[in-house]
Amino acid sequence: MCAHYKLRRGLNIPLKGKADMITDPPVVSALYALKPTDFKHIVPKLLVREGDAVKAGSPVYCDKNRPEVRFTSPVSGTVQSIVRGEKRRLEAIEILDDGKNEFLQFPAEAPETMSAQKIRELLLESGCWPFIIRRPYGITAHPGETPKAVFISCFDSAPLAPDLDYAFADREEALKMGLRVMERLCQGKIHLGLSDKTSPHSVFRRLQGVVHTFSGPHPAGNTGIQIHHVSPIGKDQVVWTLTPLGLSVIGELFLKGIYDTTRTVAVTGPSLHRTGYIRCRPGLHMKALEAFPYDKDGEVRIISGNPLTGDNVGKDGFLGFHHGQITFLPEGHSRELLGWARPLRLHKFSAARTYVSYLAPLLGKTGRFSLNTNTNGGARAFVLTEGYQKVLPADIFVSFLIKAVLAKDIDKMEQFGIYEMIPEDLALCEFICPSKIEIQDILQQGIDLMIKEMQ
Amino acid sequence: MKGIEKIVNRIKPVFSKGGKLGFLHSTFDAFESFLLVPATVTGKGSHIRDCNDLKRVMIVVVIALVPCLLFGMYNTGLQHYLAMGPGAELPGFFQIFWYGFLRVIPLVIVSYVVGLGIEFTVAQVRGHEVNEGYLVTGMLIPLIVPVTIPLWMLATAVAFSVLIGKEIFGGTGMNIWNPALLARAFLFFSYPGYMTGDKVWIDGFSGATPLALWTEQAGAAQTMPSWRDMFLGFIPGSVGETSVVCIMLGAAILIYTGVASWKIMVSCLAGASLTGLLGGIPVHYHLVMGGFAFGCVFMATDPVTSPQTEAGKWFYGALIGILTVIIRLFNPGYPEGMMLAILLMNTFAPLIDHYVVAVHVKRKMKRIAANG
Repeated sequence: MCAHYKLRRGLNIPLKGKADMITDPPVVSALYALKPTDFKHIVPKLLVREGDAVKAGSPVYCDKNRPEVRFTSPVSGTVQSIVRGEKRRLEAIEILDDGKNEFLQFPAEAPETMSAQKIRELLLESGCWPFIIRRPYGITAHPGETPKAVFISCFDSAPLAPDLDYAFADREEALKMGLRVMERLCQGKIHLGLSDKTSPHSVFRRLQGVVHTFSGPHPAGNTGIQIHHVSPIGKDQVVWTLTPLGLSVIGELFLKGIYDTTRTVAVTGPSLHRTGYIRCRPGLHMKALEAFPYDKDGEVRIISGNPLTGDNVGKDGFLGFHHGQITFLPEGHSRELLGWARPLRLHKFSAARTYVSYLAPLLGKTGRFSLNTNTNGGARAFVLTEGYQKVLPADIFVSFLIKAVLAKDIDKMEQFGIYEMIPEDLALCEFICPSKIEIQDILQQGIDLMIKEMQ
Repeated sequence: MKGIEKIVNRIKPVFSKGGKLGFLHSTFDAFESFLLVPATVTGKGSHIRDCNDLKRVMIVVVIALVPCLLFGMYNTGLQHYLAMGPGAELPGFFQIFWYGFLRVIPLVIVSYVVGLGIEFTVAQVRGHEVNEGYLVTGMLIPLIVPVTIPLWMLATAVAFSVLIGKEIFGGTGMNIWNPALLARAFLFFSYPGYMTGDKVWIDGFSGATPLALWTEQAGAAQTMPSWRDMFLGFIPGSVGETSVVCIMLGAAILIYTGVASWKIMVSCLAGASLTGLLGGIPVHYHLVMGGFAFGCVFMATDPVTSPQTEAGKWFYGALIGILTVIIRLFNPGYPEGMMLAILLMNTFAPLIDHYVVAVHVKRKMKRIAANG
């Protein structure tokens, strides 16, 4: 079974600084951190104290509401400090790497010989479970539930996103094993979303599952958009999503019995002098990226993730659990005289035709921009809402959904598709919004409200 | 550039909260962000943003209005000299334009000063940023009133439309009716003599008398300007509404930049043309008469007061076209149908959206149920 979906709406932001296809030697840092903030709707409960020794795969904290969901250390070492923020909110658990690279061994066998229950327990115990995200809401999957289907998007269409064909070229074994594991949990309903540009030699072409191909600009690679086209979900329907990253970590667990989160991360962004890929583990300290010098004259924002949805972690930050991309963007503190009135502004990108730069994507590689973090205007009420629909290849009325959230109207939120969308799917709407409305944040508030009300 | 930035930075503390003139901080912000793109950086969500903002959108509309404004100035002068009598010799182009310029500019100034004054005050009281919506409204209003209107009347209308039409709803983006049209409606109903009587050139010529003339006398065409004159705009009428050529130029800018919805323009045109077949006035006259073309391009397409759904825009535009012609044909009491049709449809825009959204939700639910 192979269906093709032609998506027309969307936008590829022509951003400078795509990662060169060079993989550096593995990068390690002295300090790693686990950030409970990487997961939505998790109440962290610590399982370690400062000074405790941990191995890769040792539990560090769990979810207070579902203690079986554990979050485990990516490296071996000692717990150095527990960082708390406002109201003693747990922000990070920092682990000093001892360099020994020791792994906790898990009793993994061939998934076909294990019961589904055993597999779930192993995933939970090893810390692989949080890779499984559930829809609605885009939160960590509940251990007890059985999904309608599992969706895995095998390409990333976000700006400057890593080329997954390249990043996972050597992970075929792990990916295949991961699929065998997921097959045990949700038989016959593993959907793989491929791009029409996925190379025929790509590892993803050799995976087993219900394959769908998608063509079109970002957000075609978002799982939410793919689910919307293949099999939209409503109330009381649960779908799990996984990234190839999560799949390969699960595969590694069943191949070798260890929790190995090593991944190939794209180091990207217009501020960098050189870009490329690195092999590293999540929680990597950003200071370890010395091999990637950036412009020192202006301020630089370091983002774990892509420029649309990533987290601003700063120079002392750490790579997020789910992230396979680090982006360096110039901060936009500079000011421009009568900027909005200048006719050309060729150095700025706009998808709107009020600037000629909307034509830039036609130029290919020469028409790339160094976008900075300036909002390019002040926040206003909704005025032009037509544009949202042009960058969202889904049957969702964005402005109505967002207004329903602002009005805290649960019925309307349901009707307008709050179960189908998560913030990343509407990130482009936020990007193009001339009123500079924080659409992703508003949608997240809506999701938070739904979770609270539906309990 | 650097100099201005320095000056702005130097006087900023005075206007910040706690500063000597802290109570004026909204006003200062408005001027500051007008001069210099604010240095605010993204916080939550997307780290990068498109460089298109509302200021840019509004300035595009103002640019699209410039041909109408310039032609309006020339035409004002022309009509003035023509009114001197058939025998009088016309002066040169610049003299005609200069006369019109001197007549129109006060309208523009009064409109902006009064409107922006209220906007700034309200923003100040609320502690909000000043919205740029009035940049467009302030240009639209002088273009849709007769040039002879007393300035105090214009000022009253502007104050009414900004306060009652917009600010009580919460400002730009929250209003139900197009503020510029509301100003005109205010004048139309409060001072009908000035808007339609013999004191001024009536709006286009679609006033009650010519309309009646057309239906009663077969030879009415002689008393009316030719279709060509109406298309080019060399007729008496409101400042910016007469020239369909200039309006089409504006429409081209708006459609190209995507600022205004072409769907509304097309459906409005189609609705009026089809209804025009009912008789009375030939269809092609409807489209160049009075405020139809101007309203269709600049008023009906206001993104705030038109429907938010794409399907809704088709219905909305078509209904405006249909209603305009119906009002023109069957209601000789109000000569200009466009204004009333748009205001009425502004009122119904949320209703249109409501039904479009209901259909959309139904279709979605069906699809989800089929996949359940």
